[in-house]
Amino acid sequence: MATQHSRSAARLMMAPAVILLMGWMLVPLTMTIYFSFKRYLPLRGGDLGWTGFDNYVRFVTSTAFWPSVQATLVIVGGVLVITVVLGILLAMLLDQPMWGQGVVRILVIAPFFVMPTVSALVWKNMFMDPVNGLFAHLWRFFGAEPIAWLSEASMTSIIMIVSWQWLPFATLILLTAIQSLDSEQLEAAEMDGAPLLKKFYHIILPHLGRAITIVILIQTIFLLSIFAEIFVTTGGAFGTRTLTYLIFQRVLESQNVGLGSAGGVYAIILANIVAIFLMRIVGKNLDA
Amino acid sequence: MGRIQLKKVTKSFGEVEVIPPLDLTIEDGEFTVFVGPSGCGKSTLLRLIAGLEDITSGHIEIDGTDATNVPPAKRGLAMVFQSYALYPHMSVRKNIAFPLRMAKLDQAEIERRVNGAAEVLNLTDYLDRRPGQLSGGQRQRVAIGRAIVREPAAFLFDEPLSNLDAALRVGMRLEISELHKRLETTMIYVTHDQVEAMTMADKIVVLRAGNIEQVGSPLDLYHSPRNTFVAGFIGSPKMNLFEGPEAQKRDAHTMGVRPEHITVSDSDGLWSGVVGVAEHLGSDTFFHIHETGLADTITVRVDGEVSFKHGDRIHLTPREDVIHRFDGKGLRLA
Amino acid sequence: MARAVSTQRKALNTTVAWTIGLLIFFPILWTILTSFKTEAQAIASPPIFIGFDWTLENYAVVQERSNYMRFLWNSVIIAGGSTILGIIIAVPAAWSMAFVPSKRTKDILLWMLSTKMLPAVGVLYPIYLLFIQMGLLDSRAGLVVVLMLINLPIIVWMLYTYFREIPGEILEAARMDGASLREELLYILTPMAVPGIASTLLLNFILAWNEAFWTLNLTAVDAAPLTAFIASYSSPEGLFFAKLSAASTMAIAPILILGWFSQKQLVRGLTFGAVK
Repeated sequence: MATQHSRSAARLMMAPAVILLMGWMLVPLTMTIYFSFKRYLPLRGGDLGWTGFDNYVRFVTSTAFWPSVQATLVIVGGVLVITVVLGILLAMLLDQPMWGQGVVRILVIAPFFVMPTVSALVWKNMFMDPVNGLFAHLWRFFGAEPIAWLSEASMTSIIMIVSWQWLPFATLILLTAIQSLDSEQLEAAEMDGAPLLKKFYHIILPHLGRAITIVILIQTIFLLSIFAEIFVTTGGAFGTRTLTYLIFQRVLESQNVGLGSAGGVYAIILANIVAIFLMRIVGKNLDA
Repeated sequence: MGRIQLKKVTKSFGEVEVIPPLDLTIEDGEFTVFVGPSGCGKSTLLRLIAGLEDITSGHIEIDGTDATNVPPAKRGLAMVFQSYALYPHMSVRKNIAFPLRMAKLDQAEIERRVNGAAEVLNLTDYLDRRPGQLSGGQRQRVAIGRAIVREPAAFLFDEPLSNLDAALRVGMRLEISELHKRLETTMIYVTHDQVEAMTMADKIVVLRAGNIEQVGSPLDLYHSPRNTFVAGFIGSPKMNLFEGPEAQKRDAHTMGVRPEHITVSDSDGLWSGVVGVAEHLGSDTFFHIHETGLADTITVRVDGEVSFKHGDRIHLTPREDVIHRFDGKGLRLA
Repeated sequence: MARAVSTQRKALNTTVAWTIGLLIFFPILWTILTSFKTEAQAIASPPIFIGFDWTLENYAVVQERSNYMRFLWNSVIIAGGSTILGIIIAVPAAWSMAFVPSKRTKDILLWMLSTKMLPAVGVLYPIYLLFIQMGLLDSRAGLVVVLMLINLPIIVWMLYTYFREIPGEILEAARMDGASLREELLYILTPMAVPGIASTLLLNFILAWNEAFWTLNLTAVDAAPLTAFIASYSSPEGLFFAKLSAASTMAIAPILILGWFSQKQLVRGLTFGAVK
C-alpha cells in the first residue's frame, strides 16, 4: 500500500526505537557474558583475570544452586496451577448473569494494581504475622496454634501472595476469551442436549486453550523474575531463594560479579526457552 | 478536463507482475468501468492512476501532462473508497470540507461548496452528525460529497457499492449515474459486478490477470465479445458456451448462445433436454436444462411465466443470427 | 448472550460472585480500614472491623516522618517521565509498522518483544556498573531511561495494535484529499489514535509505577519512589500496622483508581494483542 517515499520515511521513524532497544539488549548482555568469564570481585581485588568456564561450573555446583532451581520451579508451578484453575472458574462465574457484575469485576481485578512491595508487606504483617496477623487471630479463634507462616510455611506463603497478585490477570484474560465465545455454539450444544460438564470439556475448554497458553507463558516470564515479593518477606531465607534471588545475592550482596553473571546467563537462557514458545503464538496471531 | 492516458504501464509486487504492459485512454467526461473477477488487478490499476501505488514502469498522463511522479493530492483526482474512508472523528461538514481545508481555500468558499454539495446529495440535514450516526447509503453520499467539492479532473470509485444491501445498491447506482450526467466529469469506476458495469458505463474495460481483455461500450461487449472470457463474464444469466459437434457444424471450436436467444417448445426444436431447476422471476423464467448432449447445463431465459415442470422433456432452438463463434484459443471468429 | 435465566439462578450467581469478589479484595479493604485505626486498635485481639475510632493521624505521621511527598513525587516523575518518553519514541515506530508494513515488520515486532523477556537479573550488574560510571545511580533520570526501555516493547506493541485498527483507506483518503504527511498525522491519525494512545499511556504508567526490581536496586534515598519507600517498612523497627497501612494506602490509591479505568487495555497490553 505504499510508495517509495513513505517507505524510507517509515524506516527513519522506526530507527530511534530500534536503536535504543538494540543498545539496551546488546550492551548489558555483552557485559554480562564478558564478566561471566572473569573472576571479578569489585570489593575484594577487582578484576582477577580470565577463568574460562569456571564461573559456570561453580554456579551450578554450588550447594545453593539446585535448591534455588527447585524453589523457582515450585513457585512458578504452584502459582500457575492456582491462578489458571481458579482463573477459569472465576472467569466462568463472572460470565454468568448477575447483579453488579461490573463492581465484582473491579473487586477481582484490584490486586493486580497493587505494587509488589505493598502486597508482600501487607500479607507478611497484617495477615501472616504469627502474633498480630489476621490468620493468627483466625487460628486462635478455632483453637489452633498460629503458624509462623513465613518461616514454617515459607513456600506456601510466597505462593499465596504471588497467586493473589496474578489471579486477576489470569481471570481477566480468560474472561475476555470466554466472552468472545460464540453464543450460538453454546446454544447448538444445548440443542444437542449436552450437559454442563460436557459443554465445559468439549466447547469452553478448547475455546480457552489459546488464552490459557498465553496466560501460562506470560506469567511464566514474569514469575521467573519475581523479586520484590521475596526481597521484603523472607529475604531469600527459609528455602525461598529462587534463581533470580540467588543471582541478585551473588552480584550485589556478595559482590561476586563473575559468578553472578554466569548465573545471569543461565537465567537468560531459561527465559528464552519460554519466550520462544510465547513468540510463536504471538507471531501466528500477527499473520491472522 | 480529465483525459487520462496510461502508456506501457506495468506494476510488480516484488517478483510478481500484477499488471503487464498496459495501454489505455480514458476520454474526458467518459464514465469508464473496470470490471473483472476478484484479483484481476482492477483495483491496483485504479490505485496506480490515483498515485496511491508507484507504477513499476511506463507513464501516466493526465490532460496531456506526465503525472507519473506526481503525488496523489496533486493529480487533481478524487477517490471514493470501498469502505468510504470517512474520518470518524469529524462531522459530515468537516469531512466534506477537509480537502478544501487542505487546499487552503478561504472559509466562505469552503462553506459555499460544502453547502452546495450537501444540497446535491440530500445531506443538508445531516451536516453536523458524525459518520458513525449515518446509514450506509448516507455515508456513501458523504464520501461522494467529499470527492465532489474538490471539483476534480476525474472521480475514481473503488467498488463503492459493495458494502450496501441490494435495494440500496440499485438506488445509489442511479444516483451516481445521474451525478455523472450532471457534472459531465470523467469517472473511473471499479466493480466486480457486471450488472453495475453494463448499466452505468459509457465504456467498459474488462480485465483478467492484469490484462485488458476487451474495451468497448456495454452493447459492444454484449453483442460482440472478443473472446470466451468476455462472453462468459458479460450478460446475465451467463452465456452458454460449449464445444463439440454442434460447434463444429458452424465452423467453430466453441460456440456460445445467450440464454435469451434460445426459444423453447414442448413439441419440436433443434436440441432437446430435460428441465432441471426453474427459477421464476415473474417477468421472466430461467430454466436449467440437462441431458442436452451439449453441456452439463444449458440455461434458457423465457419471457413471462412458462409452465414447464421439473423433469419435463422440452425442445430448444437457438437464434442462428446471434450465435457467437470462437476459435481454439477462445478468440471470436468474425 | 440473550438467554433467559431464572431469578433464583441470578441471585445465586450474584451471592457467590460477590462473596468471592470481596474475599479477593479483602486484603486491600483491610489495609485501607487499618490505616484509619490507632496502632493499638490495629493489633487488637480480636480484630476490629468497623467499630473503631476513625483517625487520620497515621497519614500525618507517615508524611511527617518519612517525607511521603518526596517519594510520591519521585514515583510520579519516574513513572510519568518514562511513559511519556516511551510514547514519544514509540508512536512513530508503531505508526510506520502499522501503515507501511514491510517483510521485516513482523520480525522487528517479535524481536522487540523478545527484549522484554530478558530477565532483569541477568543484566543487573552491567546496568549497575554503567549507572555508577555515568553517575546515574539513585537518580530519577537514570530510572526514567531504564523503565522507558523495559516498557518500550509493550508501548510499541499496544500502539501498533491500536494503529492497525485504523483502516489504511482513511489515511489514503487523506492523502488523496491533499494532506501532507504532517497534516495527515496532525488532523487524521492523531485524533483517531488518541483513545489508543491514552490507554497505552495509562497502562504503562501503572506498570512503571509498580515496577519493583530496578527501582529497588538502582535507588537509595534521593530518587527512591514509593516501591522503595514501602520496602523500607520491611525492617522490624518499622513495624507499625496502622502506619504501614496508611503508607500502603497512599502508595496504591492513585493507581487503583487509574487501574479501574484501564481494565480493557490491560488485556490487550499484556497479551500483546493475542487476546482481545
